[in-house]
Amino acid sequence: MKKENFFKKNWLVMLTGLLIGAAAVVLTAFGNPKNMGFCIACFLRDIAGALKLHGAAPVQYFRPEIVGIVAGACIMALIGKEFKPKAGSSPFIRFALGAAVMIGALVFLGCPLRMVIRIGGGDLNAIVGLVGFVLGILIGVFFLKHNFSLGRAYKQGPVEGLLFPILLIGGFVLTLIAGSLFAFSEEGPGSMHAPILLALGIGLVVGALAQKSRLCMVGGVRDAVMFKEFGLLAAFGCIIVAVLVGNAIRGTLNWGFEGQPIAHTEWLWNLLGMTVVGWGCALLGGCPLRQLVLAGEGNADSAITVLGMIAGAAAAHTLKTASSADGTGANGPIATIVCLLFILVISVTHLKKEQ
Amino acid sequence: MVDARGLSCPLPVIKTQNEIKKNNPDTLEVLVDNTTAVGNVTRFANNNGYDVAVKELEDDEYSLVLTKR
Repeated sequence: MKKENFFKKNWLVMLTGLLIGAAAVVLTAFGNPKNMGFCIACFLRDIAGALKLHGAAPVQYFRPEIVGIVAGACIMALIGKEFKPKAGSSPFIRFALGAAVMIGALVFLGCPLRMVIRIGGGDLNAIVGLVGFVLGILIGVFFLKHNFSLGRAYKQGPVEGLLFPILLIGGFVLTLIAGSLFAFSEEGPGSMHAPILLALGIGLVVGALAQKSRLCMVGGVRDAVMFKEFGLLAAFGCIIVAVLVGNAIRGTLNWGFEGQPIAHTEWLWNLLGMTVVGWGCALLGGCPLRQLVLAGEGNADSAITVLGMIAGAAAAHTLKTASSADGTGANGPIATIVCLLFILVISVTHLKKEQ
Repeated sequence: MVDARGLSCPLPVIKTQNEIKKNNPDTLEVLVDNTTAVGNVTRFANNNGYDVAVKELEDDEYSLVLTKR
């Protein structure tokens, strides 16, 4: 009876998880980089590159998946009357946290979504990342339980909520009609991509489903620990299962630490990089995917967070903190520690006293 | 009363959880301003022995009245 209830309550989010996992496998089969079918951090980093915000030639491409996710979430929110423009909850702190999360993600080489996709491809370094990710969320939960808050948001007019989706779509259209304005990788991960319409279409579906189901990679662990609710965590598992099955079918399942696609084996920094991501996202109230979806729902604080992530990606490549398959960047370790200290400061300075 | 207007998930649930832990009230009114929070607080309350009556106020705000079963 209880089991039946669990599926009844959580079927949509679990189905979304399965579809995202399948989408990652399909996108990889059609050209996206290996174990990177769907990575919000990597794709925002590529967009930062396409906008010439950093000069890392291998990672420049205006990823249609991102445009699709935001547009899909926006359309679904409009249909479901859940499009509610709001803003004003510590915007600049959110920007900076977004940047820190991105710097941490690029030390590990992936957002939480790519982390589970890497696990589904057999990359054991991602299990190390998962340990760090859970650790980061647990630290974040500790502060949340002690009344951490970035303050309340306020209702805004429709333009405030629509501007980010419109700008993103506008930028994407510009890449199609005036591509020379942008930078596009000729080799490396940025040059590997699925056909534009397929990527955009899958992004739209994923964005719409993620909006409806409120899927969030950070929420899974958080809700399980804080409220003993396991729906989001089940979705997390569904993504791994779908990717595992997909890789097994395609014969691309390869267990091990060494020689994994776009990954390195420095376990301490894989772990701490994802600690930054888990902790930062717990404070932000959602993983990078969830931030994109909320931005599509008209949440301008989340739009600012996404811009922070893009700025963080630009900084990571300019300041050589981003990792590569060869290992951490020259300044990756120090940047990771700085990010952890920064998030600690934000955590302790935002504990509200109980009235 | 818990005023969680303007707060996004998971804060409305945490505030509700803290209030229930602290005072163990027979009834509790929670104010929120988004449907995600309505869903999350309702689910949390139902799992913790409360029935929930949702009333939509003006301007996208909701009042949730939690009553102990």
